[in-house]
Amino acid sequence: MLDLVLFWYSMRDVVGRYRKPDAMLIALRQRGAFLIVQDQTLLAVRDLSIQAGKTSIIEDVSLDIHAGEMVGLVGESGSGKSVTALAIMRLLAEPPMKITGGSIKFGPHEITALNNREIQALRGSEIAMIFQEPMTSLNPVFTIGQQIREMVLLHRDLTAQQANTMAAELLARVGIPSPKDALLRFPHQLSGGQRQRVMIAIALACEPKLLIADEPTTALDVTVQAQILDLIDGLRRETGMAVLLITHDLGVVSQHCDRVAVMYLGRIVETAPISDLISSPRHRYAEALMQTIPSNNTPGTRLPAIGGMVPQPANRPSGCAFHPRCLAATDQCAIEVPHLRGNAHKAACWNPVS
Amino acid sequence: MSLLTVSNLTKTFAGPNNARVQAVSDVSFTVDEGEILGVVGESGCGKTTLGQAILRLVEPDSGTVTFGGLNLVSATKSELKRSRRDIQIIFQDPFGSLNPRHKIGYVVAEPLIVHGIGNRAERNARVAELLELVGLPVDAADRFPHEFSGGQRQRIAIARALALDPRLIVADESVSALDVSIQSQILNLISELRAKLGMSIIFISHDLSVIRHISDRIAVMYLGRIVEIGPAHEIMTDPKHPYTRALLASVPRISQTREARPAVISGEPPDPANPPPGCAFSNRCPDAMPECLKVRPDLALISGHEDGVKTACHLYKS
Repeated sequence: MLDLVLFWYSMRDVVGRYRKPDAMLIALRQRGAFLIVQDQTLLAVRDLSIQAGKTSIIEDVSLDIHAGEMVGLVGESGSGKSVTALAIMRLLAEPPMKITGGSIKFGPHEITALNNREIQALRGSEIAMIFQEPMTSLNPVFTIGQQIREMVLLHRDLTAQQANTMAAELLARVGIPSPKDALLRFPHQLSGGQRQRVMIAIALACEPKLLIADEPTTALDVTVQAQILDLIDGLRRETGMAVLLITHDLGVVSQHCDRVAVMYLGRIVETAPISDLISSPRHRYAEALMQTIPSNNTPGTRLPAIGGMVPQPANRPSGCAFHPRCLAATDQCAIEVPHLRGNAHKAACWNPVS
Repeated sequence: MSLLTVSNLTKTFAGPNNARVQAVSDVSFTVDEGEILGVVGESGCGKTTLGQAILRLVEPDSGTVTFGGLNLVSATKSELKRSRRDIQIIFQDPFGSLNPRHKIGYVVAEPLIVHGIGNRAERNARVAELLELVGLPVDAADRFPHEFSGGQRQRIAIARALALDPRLIVADESVSALDVSIQSQILNLISELRAKLGMSIIFISHDLSVIRHISDRIAVMYLGRIVEIGPAHEIMTDPKHPYTRALLASVPRISQTREARPAVISGEPPDPANPPPGCAFSNRCPDAMPECLKVRPDLALISGHEDGVKTACHLYKS
């Protein structure tokens, strides 16, 4: 009993400091209060399938994101990671793309069943997204201030004056020097890193529960990339929002994410807590991907390359889509599609790494 | 014996409002026979301009590029054409660098045609040989670029660069547009070709892990200048210049434990049209001293270190 009282006292200071319940729960979880904090599933994607015309580009994708968690979605180009993200935002180019099965549950909402007005209310306010190219995502003929205010005024009941103050606060929060001046600038007057900071400021304007970051640092230099990733990670810890980080770079995922899902040709082939994936990948593709990275090899040695290339979705190989490139493929791999098996660490492989 | 000697190479572009943008400032280095020199830096540091200025694809303002006893900067057109048999370039974008209207056979044979080498049958035989060398089927010669994937197109670009048996290849971000699984295939191919054919390569990339893997020596560029150059192993294990250290620390590492990373450097590279008076890195440097803001450090050997690393930093001044 005494233990419990002491425990409550140690937690009480944490509780008092946070206005948002999500942020409080995360802070509590970080202090070790695992028992009293139930895992809150924020986003639950189940068996999502998407077709472009008659070609199946996403098959049976299932993905959970909990409040305050950073989840990495990794894959090479054409693996379907961006399409999955766009489906969550209901931003798919329909037609030709179409959700043909499965569900996307976000809190109480079934995203696949919402009408335009309902999804519009969620977009930006509850789920925000930032993209790879911060130059094309900002409108070149409006100032930074106008673009942030647009977002704030659309979703919040504020006067123009209040919106302006808030926009400056947001810019300060994402580390833009002299934010009041920056409000008057146009996108071309900012560097790539600063533009991505502005995108993050816009995304944060309504304190979303989920931020989808689609290759947010791929266009940036490596020193700036580190700054932007630290910023996103810091804001997540501060506000308790969950982050879905889409990237081709396993290094980025290993530095920032709690969990990771690896995609290959429209399917999730492995999902695990990040340290498990790195120490013991089970799917042969995940293993090969890790081995082929130059920094995991002695300089000058031959890299263990994956033969061949990612096939087009229209020419999806039978069974496991990776089997033609896999060195450990069995007869079964060419015939039957493997499904994800396991508990926290799941892999869809007939002949997994043991 | 150096194959290529670059001395005090400078290239300035006209910027907006009559500004002069120094893309490459006073760059000097050598490339030995059979060596891979990695040139690494962030966008805007001048690494691409450097590669193009060596081939005189952009005209340098001053400095010399000595290759085989000839100063390419002052060479006549015909001398330049002859020297280009020995120096070839591979570009980043394998979609933009291959003419979509030409069959692969012609694309690869074009350097031979330009330099009047062989008759048609000999050229066809050479094309077949080159395609095999880069791991493409011989029937690729009768197909068009759009029929190939990015990785295969980069193989075609490599085959074209090899057509004249060059002694030096400038590879400008040659694997940057490729997915990791394809990138490793091309890196292996480049290493193998170097071992087999013995040419030198200037390998330009923003990706430090790729540079580390393939290079014998590494040059680190920042705002138009080489800030550190030396053997790859020394640069990667014991970087001297604070910028090199920051660059290494910023590369996301795959590790099970999330060890405390060195502090990420703040800020972004300064405007090349308006570089700071002293060391260009001084405004972001955690170790900057008053001197760094005023006097630009020269690239020099570090006293007491016999490993051949040169760095441009006041911290190491003897």
